[in-house]
Amino acid sequence: MKTYTYTEKKDTRSGFGAGLTELGRTNPNVVALCADLIGSLKMDDFKNENPDRFFQVGIAEANMIGIAAGLTIGGKIPFTGTFANFSTGRVYDQIRQSVAYSGKNVKICASHAGLTLGEDGATHQILEDIGLMKMLPHMVVINPCDYNQTKAATMAIAEYDGPVYLRFGRPKVPVFTPENQKFEIGKAIQMIEGTDVTIVATGHLVWEAIEASKALHEEGISAEVINIHTIKPLDDKAILKSVSKTGCIVTCEEHNHLGGLGESVARVLAQNSPTPQEFVATNDTFGESGTPAQLMEKYGLDSKAIVAKSKAAMARK
Amino acid sequence: MSNTKQLQDLTIQVRRDILRMVHKVNSGHPGGSLGCAEFFVTLYNAIMERNKGFDMNGHNEDLFFLSNGHISPVYYSVLARAGYFPIEELNTFRLIDSRLQGHPTTHEGLPGVRIASGSLGQGMSIAIGAAQAKKLNNDSYLVYSLHGDGELQEGQNWEAIMYASAKKIDNMICTIDLNGKQIDGATDDVLAMGDIKAKFEAFDWLVVEVKAGNSIDAILKGMTEAKAMTGKGQPICVLLETEMGNGVDFMMHTHAWHGKAPNDEQLASALNQNPETLGDY
Repeated sequence: MKTYTYTEKKDTRSGFGAGLTELGRTNPNVVALCADLIGSLKMDDFKNENPDRFFQVGIAEANMIGIAAGLTIGGKIPFTGTFANFSTGRVYDQIRQSVAYSGKNVKICASHAGLTLGEDGATHQILEDIGLMKMLPHMVVINPCDYNQTKAATMAIAEYDGPVYLRFGRPKVPVFTPENQKFEIGKAIQMIEGTDVTIVATGHLVWEAIEASKALHEEGISAEVINIHTIKPLDDKAILKSVSKTGCIVTCEEHNHLGGLGESVARVLAQNSPTPQEFVATNDTFGESGTPAQLMEKYGLDSKAIVAKSKAAMARK
Repeated sequence: MSNTKQLQDLTIQVRRDILRMVHKVNSGHPGGSLGCAEFFVTLYNAIMERNKGFDMNGHNEDLFFLSNGHISPVYYSVLARAGYFPIEELNTFRLIDSRLQGHPTTHEGLPGVRIASGSLGQGMSIAIGAAQAKKLNNDSYLVYSLHGDGELQEGQNWEAIMYASAKKIDNMICTIDLNGKQIDGATDDVLAMGDIKAKFEAFDWLVVEVKAGNSIDAILKGMTEAKAMTGKGQPICVLLETEMGNGVDFMMHTHAWHGKAPNDEQLASALNQNPETLGDY
């Protein structure tokens, strides 16, 4: 079984900041906007190196989305930065009309997504953003798993012409994907090959899935782990190919089971190859204050939960 | 086209277009469209510097954004008659498979339109973004926009108004259609906004008032004045006092025609008041 180790933990938002800094140096059309969260989004370096191409909008997210859409008219590639809650729910109509329906090349970059925002609690822990964004026609939705992948994704979306939602998080998590691995939008990555159960995970849950596969391996269960960094467009082929071998699947995400990755996978399976599926996701609930680890355990999003759901899925074969 | 007579003839033809478009599909917004006919005609034909053809990025030309997208009939008519697309296409307004959607959009690729609008309050932010892109591109041309007065009730405008002065967006002229009316009645009855001029000035904007907003000469004078104020570190607002339904007697002095089409008889009467000048589509 392929194993993964890590030597350091870093936050995915810092991967975004590093990618944006790199873009500032290499792509003169990239501009960035922030709604009073420069430090939280790690946009300081881009701002300092490119003061003319950085727009501090203040606490006014609706205006930020509109300005970003306007900047595309003139050939700019705007990256907006704020928390996931304020990047989506707060400005849904602005994104819908001025960005998605208008087909504008805006990159909506959202930090502090999900429960792992931690102590700030439910007002800031959005668990509905993937659903909100994936429902918008032609919106690309990406949730990378670690620092390296977030940096690569940030750089890749500048090359893609169209609206993108890039979701990442606050806590320091293991860095386990290779540095400078090319990021291909919509192409799933097989992390571990297996035969008994398919585990597809996105964002912070990819590492938990890898941990779960180790535990399952010790019990003689061979789990295939797939990193679905792009929720839309979904890599249908990779999912169908894997379940044709394993016959059951567990989907893992730091998001409500309504509207998230799991439902997208369920649609693909229902249409092509009905397969027993279990969901590692929040169960139609808001979050609460706590440490990220406490919250992931309480809401059933850790490797232990993935192990249990894997066995449940296998039992339904 | 800077001859006032030509602009007046075009305005009358645009009125006919508006009336015939909304009548044909028995839907659309004639009141605000008619109220802004002189403004659109003057802006596109005597104020804006536009390039031939249509390029989404609009480098080195003036740009216009319509924020109150429901007055699409006047926008479509003026765009068609300015050469962006064939005037015959006005026949397809609000029909299935048309590029002339109920509210303007880029989605169907209609030349002349650079942003979707209809959900209110978003256009000023767009105009600001486009104006900032022009500054980054060392493009000295201007960005124009139009907003309804009722539309100012949307909070996003005030985010944008605050931002524009803080960031010295001085290559943008935002016009407010002050017709004093919205769907449910007079703006003063629905949600009174008080002294709009004082509000813009309190946000450090330069304000130009055009009291006779349906007079081509007054619009020319006001917009020329506004243009002369650009580049001085402050955003510019034109308060354009218009009469909803202007040019059709029974559509004036009421908000009843905000979103209602005339019937056959009413259309005949309205067209009689505006005899054909440049040829119907």
